[in-house]
Amino acid sequence: MKFLKYTSLLFTLLFALSANAVVEGYKYSFDNEIDKRRFEHLAEELRCPKCQNQNLADSNAHTARTLRDKLYELVKDGRSDMEIMDYMVARYGDFVRYKPEVKSSTWVLWFGPAVMLLIAILIVVALKQSRKPKADEANGHELSAEELAQLDALKQQNSQSLSQNEEQDKQ
Amino acid sequence: MKRVLLFIPLIIFIGLGWLFFGGLQIENKDVLPSPLIGKKFPPFELPILIKEGEQAKLVNELDLRGKPALVNVWATWCPTCKTEHAFLNQLNAQGVRIIGINYKDESEKAIQWLAELDNPYEFNVIDEEGRLGLDLGVYGAPETFLIDGEGVIRGKHVGDLNAKVWKTLQPQFEALK
Repeated sequence: MKFLKYTSLLFTLLFALSANAVVEGYKYSFDNEIDKRRFEHLAEELRCPKCQNQNLADSNAHTARTLRDKLYELVKDGRSDMEIMDYMVARYGDFVRYKPEVKSSTWVLWFGPAVMLLIAILIVVALKQSRKPKADEANGHELSAEELAQLDALKQQNSQSLSQNEEQDKQ
Repeated sequence: MKRVLLFIPLIIFIGLGWLFFGGLQIENKDVLPSPLIGKKFPPFELPILIKEGEQAKLVNELDLRGKPALVNVWATWCPTCKTEHAFLNQLNAQGVRIIGINYKDESEKAIQWLAELDNPYEFNVIDEEGRLGLDLGVYGAPETFLIDGEGVIRGKHVGDLNAKVWKTLQPQFEALK
C-alpha cells in the first residue's frame, strides 16, 4: 500500500515538472541569451489559437508550431516585444494574448473578483454592526413585575406536574 | 434596512448567471473573431496550381478583385476539407466565385485531388510555407473568407461550409458588391 502511495506521488511530481518543458523536442537556437529569454517569454504570453487554454510554449498543435516558427523569425529579426505582440494581434485578434490586456473592456475580468470580495467583506462588517446593539439590549433588560409574576406561576405549574409524575411512577 | 444588504450577493450571482447563460448560447466558442474583417486582403505574391503543360504563373492580392468571392483555405491533409469539397462544387455550379488557397500542402497531391474530386476553384494559390495563412490568421483548415469586389475582407467562416452554414452566410455574401 505504501509503495503504491509513494510511487504515485513520485509520478505526479514528475508529470508536474514536465509541464515546464518548452516545445516538443524542437530546438530553437539563438546567438544570445537575451533573445532566447525573449522568445521563451513571448511564447508563454501568446495563446495557441487552436488549443485555446494553452500558450505557444506548451501546445503541440500544428498551428502552435507555425506560430512558434514565426515568433522565432521575428525575434531573430530584431523586432521588439511590442512589435511582435502587435503583429500577432493584428492577425489573430486580442484573444491571442494569453494574458488579456488591461483595458476598459477587460476591467471586469481583472478587477471583478477583488471588487466582489471587497463588497462581501463590507456586507459582513455592516451586518455585524447592526446586530451588536440589539444583543446588548437583551442582556441588560430586567424583568418587569408582570413578567416576574408570570415566571412564579410557571415555576409552580412545573413543580406540580413533577410531583404528579412521581406519584404515577410509584403506582 | 440592513437586511437588504444580505441580498446583494444574490443579486450579483443572478446577474452573473444571466451573463454566463448568455455565453452558453454562443454556438461555437472555439471561433475567434477575426481582426481582419473590413481590412484589405493581405498582400502576397505566390504561384498557382497548374496542370501539366500550363504556364507557371504568379498571382497577387489584386487578382482577387473584380467580383465578390469566397476564398477557401484547404489542404489534402485536412479530412474536413474533403467533406466540404462536394458542397463547394455545388456552390460553383450555382455561379459562386471560389478562389482557393492550398495551405501547407504538396502541389502534386493537390492537383491529383482536384482531378479526382472536381475543381470548383477559379484558381488555387499555392501557400506552401503557410505565410499567407499566417497573415490571414488561419489556425485550422478549412476556413473561408468572404471578399467583396474591391478585395476587402468582409467575413470569415472557420470550419467547413455546408448547407446549414450557407443559410446564414449566403445573404451576407450576396449583399457584397
